[in-house]
Amino acid sequence: MLAYTLRRLLLAIPTLFGISLVTFVVINLAPGDPASVRADSVMDPRVSARVYDQLREYYGLDRPLHVRYLDWLRRIVTFDFGNSMTPDARKVSTKIMERLPATLSLALLSLALGFALAIPIGILSGAYRNGWFDTISSTILYALYAVPSYVMAIPLILWVSIELDLLPFQGMVSDNYATLSTSGKILDLAQHYILITFCFTYGALAYQTRFVRQNLLEVFKQDYILTARAKGVDEATVIIKHGFRNTLIPLVTLFGLTFPQILGGSVILEVMFNWPGIGRLFFESILQRDYPTIMALSFITAMLVLLGTLIADLLYAVVDPRVRYE
Amino acid sequence: MSKAPAGRSLGRIAWDSFRRNKRGMAGLLFILLMAATAFFSPLLANRQPIVCHYQGQWHFPALIEVVHNVPFTKHFIDKKPPFSQVTFNAKQSISESDFTVWPLIRFGPTETSYSSLQPPDSQHWMGTDQNGRDIAARIIYGTIVSLQVGVVSMGIAALLGIVLGALAGYFGGWIDISISRVIEIVQCFPTFFLILSILAWLEPSIINVMIVIGLTSWTSIARYARGEFIRLQNEDYVVAAKSLGCSSGRIMFIHLLPNSVAPVLVTITFGIAYAILAEAGLSWLGFGVQQPDPSWGNILREAYDSIRSASYMVYPPCVAIFLAVLSYNLVGDALRDAIDPRLAGE
Repeated sequence: MLAYTLRRLLLAIPTLFGISLVTFVVINLAPGDPASVRADSVMDPRVSARVYDQLREYYGLDRPLHVRYLDWLRRIVTFDFGNSMTPDARKVSTKIMERLPATLSLALLSLALGFALAIPIGILSGAYRNGWFDTISSTILYALYAVPSYVMAIPLILWVSIELDLLPFQGMVSDNYATLSTSGKILDLAQHYILITFCFTYGALAYQTRFVRQNLLEVFKQDYILTARAKGVDEATVIIKHGFRNTLIPLVTLFGLTFPQILGGSVILEVMFNWPGIGRLFFESILQRDYPTIMALSFITAMLVLLGTLIADLLYAVVDPRVRYE
Repeated sequence: MSKAPAGRSLGRIAWDSFRRNKRGMAGLLFILLMAATAFFSPLLANRQPIVCHYQGQWHFPALIEVVHNVPFTKHFIDKKPPFSQVTFNAKQSISESDFTVWPLIRFGPTETSYSSLQPPDSQHWMGTDQNGRDIAARIIYGTIVSLQVGVVSMGIAALLGIVLGALAGYFGGWIDISISRVIEIVQCFPTFFLILSILAWLEPSIINVMIVIGLTSWTSIARYARGEFIRLQNEDYVVAAKSLGCSSGRIMFIHLLPNSVAPVLVTITFGIAYAILAEAGLSWLGFGVQQPDPSWGNILREAYDSIRSASYMVYPPCVAIFLAVLSYNLVGDALRDAIDPRLAGE
């Protein structure tokens, strides 16, 4: 096990290196740079050209590509992502840390909610396969799954927030948040979370439920289920203890794979709900051509995906003693 | 001499199985309907008539626009003046007494008017937007973009994915190791992040969107192609072809490719659904199709921007995107069921 872990970690190093290379090349080889964006706003062409040269020198963009890459690489090893190239020139890590809680809380909430619903629904529909519950739940979930989240979000905003005026849909807190009492603050936050959490959760819910159901059906084919039933174990114990417990193994891998996807796949929803998270920060940085922030976010999310896969694989080995690694 | 019993080809078996799948057929029919809508869009919604007798001459402006959907036809056939002039207003110029056949919707997709943000009525079936453009016409012309995005971007992705996957699977060794590594690295990036990072630096246009979606979504196709090529490597017919001295290229593309196409096709179908969704999302964010050209994504953006005053605008683009994505997913599901060997016995 230790040898396997070490080997996987060692193999991840070249991949991580490749990720850094792709991030850097994609963003730096493209035409247009932050200096040109800012210099273009100067009207006089001669002044503009001078501003452009100065900005390039200031940001170090006039150096050769490989020098800049090595410099960037040297700094990200210590998680130093430099300063933003926007006029405010704030530290990239501060900017990200500011936005992280909004996205992270959303991701955790939707993941927890997804599994909390998917496991019982999946077990019930798997245990009573093709029964009324299975038919109804899988039809509803398939229909929900077919609606893309941002296509669902806009009618939802229209109905719930505008026509019924029940919930807010812009940002994380109301304008008068600071003046509210503690309980009022919690209520206000909760109200802002409802719609966006729903949009984040429902699509994955169908997938997760199907996953639980499918795995349970797979387990039910095993001989030990037949044995358990033959020796007269009651059905509930068969389903939960013999059946469900064994479906937990693939579920663990799903957890590791979904989490980074939620972190990364949130740009449109966060912009739509004006949510102060990572996705919107990425979008804003793209609009401002803010190299350091874009590179940092791309690199961090790709790294998280890699980490998620790695942890999922390792957990697989931990929870399933049948898995052997040479 | 006894003849071998007439067997059904793999494609035939798959099609017979696919045909029995009602949901898959519904999806396929809807896709065909979309294709027809896209091709004949000038006849469905147009500011100029289909047929018209104007000042002693016959004109076919909308019909000629349909012909122009076929590339390079513009050199051979074009509208006659005054219909060829952009400033010519057919609606005002043609009098009641002229023989005219109008399209269903008498508005072009970019034709503005002073009646902005008008709820649906008998003239504007889905209402008008901020610039007084007819939403029904914009939805109809938006179909073209969605179909193109799906086909072009997945064409690029399929070409890249199949070639790289085939090379990796067939040759193995260091070629396989390096290609697999590249796939692994690219797959670490959330696709939408990658698309946005590249698009940010390019001129916003639909061509760029199609290319970038294609360049970023080939990895799963490559993985499936690679797997299939490895699996088929030791089949008798491959060994036979090798021993007959066929070149690697011939074995790969004449013998192996047709036999490995099925799972790849399923991935491509789901990929098209994703491409349509991504384009609409990008257009919503302002990176895709630019105003005044219509796309379901930028209609949805206008709906979002005026959601308080014009709620009727929300539904048409949402329904269009939903149905298009659903159709491709249904076809993908049906296709997977049709070629899945585990279900072949039924």
